[in-house]
Amino acid sequence: MKRIIHIRVNEQEYELAVEPNLTLADLLRDELGLTGTKKGCEMGDCGSCTVILDGRNVNSCLILAIQANGSSVQTIEGLETEAGLHPLQQAFVEKGAIQCGFCSSGMILSGKTLLDSNPNPGEQEIREAISGNLCRCTGYQKIVEAVADAGSDYQKGQGGE
Amino acid sequence: MSEYDVINSRLSRLDTPDKATGRALFIDDISFSNMLYGAILQSPLPHAGIINIDTSAAEKLPGVKAVITAKDVGTVKYGVSPARYDETLFCQDKVRYVGDEIAAVAAVDQATAQEAVSLIKVDYEELPAVLSVEEALAEGAPQLHAEYPGNYTAQVHQEFGDVKAGFEICDLIKSSTFVNKRQDAAFIEPPGCVAVFDLHGALTLYSSTQVPHYVQRTVAMVTGLPVGKVRVLKPYVGGGFGIKASANANELAACFLSMKTGRPVKMNLSREQVFKLCRARHQFLHKMTTGVKKDGTLVSLEHECYLDGGAYSSFGIATVYYAGSLLGGPYKLQNMKYDGYRVYNNKPPCGAQRGHGGVAARAAWEQQLDMIAEELGMDPFDLRLKNMMQAGDVTCNDLNMSSLGMEECLQTVQDGSEWKKKKGRLPKGKGIGMACGFFVSGAGYPIYRSDTYHCTAIVKLAEDGGLAQVYTASAEIGQGSDTAFGMIAAEALGVPLSDVRVMSGDTDMGVDLGAYSSRQTLMTGHAVKEAAEDVKHQVLEVLSKELSVPVQDMSIKKGRVVFHRQEPDFSELRTRYIKEHRGWTDNPKDEPLTFREASRIAYLARGSIVGTGKYKPHELGGKYKGAAVGTSPAYGCSAQVVEVEVDLETGQIRIEKMTDAHDCGLAINKTSVEGQMEGSLSMGLGEAMFEEVKFDARGRVINADLAEYKIPTAVDMPPIETIVVESNEPNGPFGAKEVGEGAIMPTIPAILNAVYDAVGVRIFELPLTPERIYTAVQDYHERQKAS
Ligand code: FES
Ligand code: FES
Repeated sequence: MKRIIHIRVNEQEYELAVEPNLTLADLLRDELGLTGTKKGCEMGDCGSCTVILDGRNVNSCLILAIQANGSSVQTIEGLETEAGLHPLQQAFVEKGAIQCGFCSSGMILSGKTLLDSNPNPGEQEIREAISGNLCRCTGYQKIVEAVADAGSDYQKGQGGE
Repeated sequence: MSEYDVINSRLSRLDTPDKATGRALFIDDISFSNMLYGAILQSPLPHAGIINIDTSAAEKLPGVKAVITAKDVGTVKYGVSPARYDETLFCQDKVRYVGDEIAAVAAVDQATAQEAVSLIKVDYEELPAVLSVEEALAEGAPQLHAEYPGNYTAQVHQEFGDVKAGFEICDLIKSSTFVNKRQDAAFIEPPGCVAVFDLHGALTLYSSTQVPHYVQRTVAMVTGLPVGKVRVLKPYVGGGFGIKASANANELAACFLSMKTGRPVKMNLSREQVFKLCRARHQFLHKMTTGVKKDGTLVSLEHECYLDGGAYSSFGIATVYYAGSLLGGPYKLQNMKYDGYRVYNNKPPCGAQRGHGGVAARAAWEQQLDMIAEELGMDPFDLRLKNMMQAGDVTCNDLNMSSLGMEECLQTVQDGSEWKKKKGRLPKGKGIGMACGFFVSGAGYPIYRSDTYHCTAIVKLAEDGGLAQVYTASAEIGQGSDTAFGMIAAEALGVPLSDVRVMSGDTDMGVDLGAYSSRQTLMTGHAVKEAAEDVKHQVLEVLSKELSVPVQDMSIKKGRVVFHRQEPDFSELRTRYIKEHRGWTDNPKDEPLTFREASRIAYLARGSIVGTGKYKPHELGGKYKGAAVGTSPAYGCSAQVVEVEVDLETGQIRIEKMTDAHDCGLAINKTSVEGQMEGSLSMGLGEAMFEEVKFDARGRVINADLAEYKIPTAVDMPPIETIVVESNEPNGPFGAKEVGEGAIMPTIPAILNAVYDAVGVRIFELPLTPERIYTAVQDYHERQKAS
């Protein structure tokens, strides 16, 4: 039996009827068409489905849509503004931190949660913040550099919300 | 300053804004109306006869639209190498591993398809299974394939020079044995596909593949459709590393299901199924004996290798050849003997993974070379330098090192890592190690015997000249090939990258063997360059006629026509161009003649301006059996230094720093080159430190997920310093050659050598788990005490 939920996604309110076993990842991808959220394992191991739920990073493959009832979700599609790419997105592009790109949505969102609370993280802090996001392509080097770079943009006051 | 306007720079990749914003479409992001979902029935047993398959209950389930087995699709054999087509889409009379495909279902949604699969009833007669090389080769062992007796997929027996005579003049002969473990590619995107059979009898397959061309051929062969009726397209692909470099059962099943139902069919593999598909790095057992003179001169290498292959060949024949041939360089070595055995057993088939066939061999040998250096009292760098080949040298197995920046690689990593300050001077528990490696820049021959071009390219100018469209069937799988080809086209044409649009990954765009064996930059790069030059020439020919200036007196640079002699009066052309664009606001005024103007004039004279390019390697060396595996138009090479810290109480290793220098010829995009190096190092680190696919006694993978099969996370990776060394490769476009795989070669042995430096114990088995290290160190101390 479907249940009605209210959820805010990328600043937009939705009222949706969902099956009780629908995951948040599938809600975003299949019901809302937000396919920037990826599914690499559907078991909570890879982090490619990372979204920001009420200010925290979560693996959206492990959360049921009905658990997100009343919550606010930010996905990769919600980062761009009219002014263009978010500083983290920009830094990922410029630093070459994206190869296949399958991990990138989750990486960028994990980076954002870190920078929102600490715009000047050390290298180790960055590595720890993204350690739940697996990347098989980059060796993480340029990702770490991109997050650090975006952090300095934050400090210059260009970033954040 | 670079002499180039576009290439040899750090331009941002063309695809990454889409990937950074979630716009980029991967296979699972693609859906069609009326689409069905497929699921596949896989064997739960490692080895069994099939007595009966009953699909009636599955067929009756509401929502099920098709159920197919070998009865419906036939038993056309396929695989990677035509010499060993040993797979059928579905098993008919026996299954050979846990995961072997038996049937597939298409239904209105995923849950129904899964349920239908569970309703298919198969009666098995269990057969004894062999799960290791030893079991498979034992006297009286159960046989997997009647056609390939003894459970050998392939054997290689090669000797170059005279190894025995070589040993006779040696002062030191060293033997060691080394074993790695079966890896999983662990790309973050599981493979998937959507097959669409249309009303014209044509099949379009969207798939997360590295090789649209080979998939097209295999689909055509297995379905019986003409090649021209099969189109394969890849969207963005979330990494491949070799495992997506051949057609898989999922793709074939989706095609049949779509043909049967007339509806699009989507088939995704779960993460667990990725481990069952496998096709990743083999477990190799290497036995090597190397003989040297006391000045360090390498003389002879005797080498034997056993590959734990799994149930089918996949790339296995090539793998067993590569495991031997890639030791031919980069050192001068006149005598090399190799006996390789690729062995079937009842586990998922292994195939090709980054550094195909050569990674474990390189690890074994580079560690052995370090043992030799120590015994001779030589610095490991000096031993390697002493034996290093020079550009133009040819190995004993006929690999031509047409460019080889090895000395510079060695020099720069030695300096970059402060080797001289650190080697032999680090405190107990800390160590530093180095190693070298090299790799092909594209396989010299296609997988099937053919005179085919390895790639074709088309460059087409938009009718207003403002855009050059590059079409290839190559595969952007994350490595940055689209950007590289855009840059090559822009450079060759003389326009900025922003005036180029790249389209790829579609068999309708031409022939391209795809992304494997580090081939695209060199091979597809050549074809793209030729096509862009063709277009440029056509435009200049028209200009030449219009302006009465010889073609050779003009060129295009930064989007402008450059006249090498006197500038002619082109005002008439400009007026015509402006008239063509009546009402537009961006008309050229006082500037030099633009490429856009010239292109428009050329279009008016000739219609669409389309240039074509193609490439296949020139005649390559080697006439002996197996020479096709290892020969390449060029070779990339690298040297690496790794620093480690070992906790002597726990055996825990921490990799502290990695310094890698790679000669990629001229770097088309330096940032992308570094990215390939960094990615290679992390995959090598994972294999060295923790990766191992494990099985239970029933042939089932027991760690088929990314929690238990551990790949490096950001905290496992140390800072990496990458040094791009640029030789000029005569056979490469603008001098470019490979970087995608070669950089992984030195990683594992450099780690092994560093661990030895830290704890004084050689480890000959991967992965370097704390337990293995701890035990080895304890054993060593026990032995020391005893003696
Ligand atoms: S898909 Fe959610 S953690 Fe992997
Ligand atoms: S860029 Fe491919 S997984 Fe991270």
